[in-house]
Amino acid sequence: MNLVVCIKQVPDTETQIKVGADGKSINMDDIKWVMNPYDEFGVEEALRIKADKGGDVIVVGAGPKRVTEALRTALAMGADKAILIEDEGLYGADPIFVGKLLAKAIEPLNPDIVFFGQRAVDDDCGLASSSVAEALGMPQLAVIVKQELDGDTIKVQRPVEGQTNVLSTKLPVCLTAQKGLNEPRYASLPGIMKAKKKPLEVKTLADLGVERDDKIEIAAINPPPERAPGKVIQGETPEELAVNLAKALREEAKVI
Amino acid sequence: MDYTIPENLALMVETIRRFVKKDLDPISQQVEKDDRIPDGIVEAMRELGLFGLSIPEEFGGLGLGALGECLVYEELSKTNACFRTRVATNNGIGSQGIVLDGTPEQKERYLPRLASGEWTACFALTEPEAGSDAANIQTTAELVEGRWLLNGRKHFITNGSESHVATVFALTDKSKRAKGGITAFIVEKTYPGFSVGTIESKMGMRGSHTCELIFDNCEVPAENVIGGQAKVGQGFKTAMKTLDKGRLTMAASALGAAQRLLELSVDYAKQRVQFGRPIAEFQAVQFMLADMASQIYAARQMLYHAAWLRDKRGSAVIKEASMVKLFCTEMAGRVADMAVQVHGGMGYMKDYPVERFYRDLRLTRIYEGTSEIQRLVIAREMLKA
Ligand SMILES: Cc1cc2nc3c(=O)[nH]c(=O)nc-3n(C[C@H](O)[C@H](O)[C@H](O)COP(=O)(O)OP(=O)(O)OC[C@H]3O[C@@H](n4cnc5c(N)ncnc54)[C@H](O)[C@@H]3O)c2cc1C
Repeated sequence: MNLVVCIKQVPDTETQIKVGADGKSINMDDIKWVMNPYDEFGVEEALRIKADKGGDVIVVGAGPKRVTEALRTALAMGADKAILIEDEGLYGADPIFVGKLLAKAIEPLNPDIVFFGQRAVDDDCGLASSSVAEALGMPQLAVIVKQELDGDTIKVQRPVEGQTNVLSTKLPVCLTAQKGLNEPRYASLPGIMKAKKKPLEVKTLADLGVERDDKIEIAAINPPPERAPGKVIQGETPEELAVNLAKALREEAKVI
Repeated sequence: MDYTIPENLALMVETIRRFVKKDLDPISQQVEKDDRIPDGIVEAMRELGLFGLSIPEEFGGLGLGALGECLVYEELSKTNACFRTRVATNNGIGSQGIVLDGTPEQKERYLPRLASGEWTACFALTEPEAGSDAANIQTTAELVEGRWLLNGRKHFITNGSESHVATVFALTDKSKRAKGGITAFIVEKTYPGFSVGTIESKMGMRGSHTCELIFDNCEVPAENVIGGQAKVGQGFKTAMKTLDKGRLTMAASALGAAQRLLELSVDYAKQRVQFGRPIAEFQAVQFMLADMASQIYAARQMLYHAAWLRDKRGSAVIKEASMVKLFCTEMAGRVADMAVQVHGGMGYMKDYPVERFYRDLRLTRIYEGTSEIQRLVIAREMLKA
């Protein structure tokens, strides 16, 4: 079974994001980069399928050289091989374009399943997976929390507003992983040592015969408005406090 | 000078960071109350490879250099110190005698089991009459009918009660002592005449156990002299080399704990309001935070430099290692004291981790050579011709 997992490297969710000087990118200084947390579910699920049915797990990433670290983490978790499409300018690119690019690298791998995280925690788009499915002519089963393989048929569960959709299709398929699919393993220390010796192939856009044709570009990034400070209700007695609170809720907050 | 951390070491630090945050820190206070690490956590530490940091790859370990080992300990020490201590004797004093001076057969038998964490090892040098003056040990070993008989009592032995195997130092020639009269033995817990004595009640380091080991005509096979027959009488050198090697990692542990205390103190100072303002706005508090941060920064530079030097030279950095252990552990003591002060009464409460770090860090200035002994080593190295 050929199991491909696409990985995006994103700022750690604990990182304080600052808008860059140009107003349309983020300030990259002091950012800690990690594998997109939803992609970890994809890696874990692929490794479990491999353990059960055999095959190879190949992880694919696109972006600057630093993305190697996210790919190495996946290799350390147990993936067999990694492909990096290296390009300094890819971070923030049109996700539909990134999907087309990934599809070029994935197609020759003859995948049975292509995994994605259901979205990346940086731009929250969740589009690259659809773009890959489209480019490769595969069905896409998105935001899944469970999968069962039976021969060349796959059945998945997808939570929808408190209910569960059960969907099935034939392989090959593109899946996007939601929290709850599994509990990703750590990249163990021996795994990290082994990962050093696993193949990591680097390709450029030119190698894949692809040129940038982004249809959208980021015009501006606006930080969330600063939160207004809280207000302490004044008053000597409980009665007075209650009156002042009610007044503030009615006249200032206008909620009652 | 390039201080970039190699990629594989950075990944290891990241794994430890997550493990600490997700699995260890949430149970830190519980472990403190129970005085015991849950079995599942020890198993998780085995799976992560934490027992084999410094054991060579050919024996199933990771074969990390000094920098790698220090980085792992620094990160692992940002939570309850007992977790670090649980793996520390396998990586450090318990196994290193065998790594440094063991025979091929000894390495083959013990190192893979220690690297996987299947077995735990401890280091038994200290005795009631032999602390800083380690050469004054009273435990004896006598060769009787082809096997060694050990008699005596060790105390303050970390992980002694959990261990399957102990590196034990005993007198084989009373007249020579450190100069050819002390021998290092590998003692398995199943050997007749070996037993665990009192488990000490300590100021801190709960979850980690320190105990007496008793040798009553304990029978040790002749081939269990570390390094074999040729090394009879050479045990004191093995002990000193082992301790030299451990100094940097002890410093790294103190550094990691100090870093965590700084982070806790900064967070607390920002949210604790007195006189209508966060206490972080008071200059007296700011000065403490600034002093903590500066001292941590200095400590980290010297630690990484000495570790780098050791990896580069491939041999001991005796003077530097003692300087680093001295400075980092004393620094962590000062930082812990300031952290309690920044936290006020909350810093004195058992519900909050600062109090625990304060007690646990106190030990780092005492074991594996007190601060005074480090100063003696530094001066000796500096003044020798
Ligand atoms: C929790 C814990 C765990 C331990 N784990 C282990 C272990 O796993 N294995 C092991 O073998 N040992 C272990 N030890 C022992 C530890 O290494 C010794 O306690 C330490 O070396 C100090 O020896 P001592 O306690 O006998 O103190 P002493 O040597 O009696 O020292 C008392 C004081 O005198 C000072 N002093 C002594 N000699 C001099 C001198 N020449 N010049 C100046 N000052 C001096 C010391 O610095 C100290 O301040 C452990 C100890 C503790 C507390």
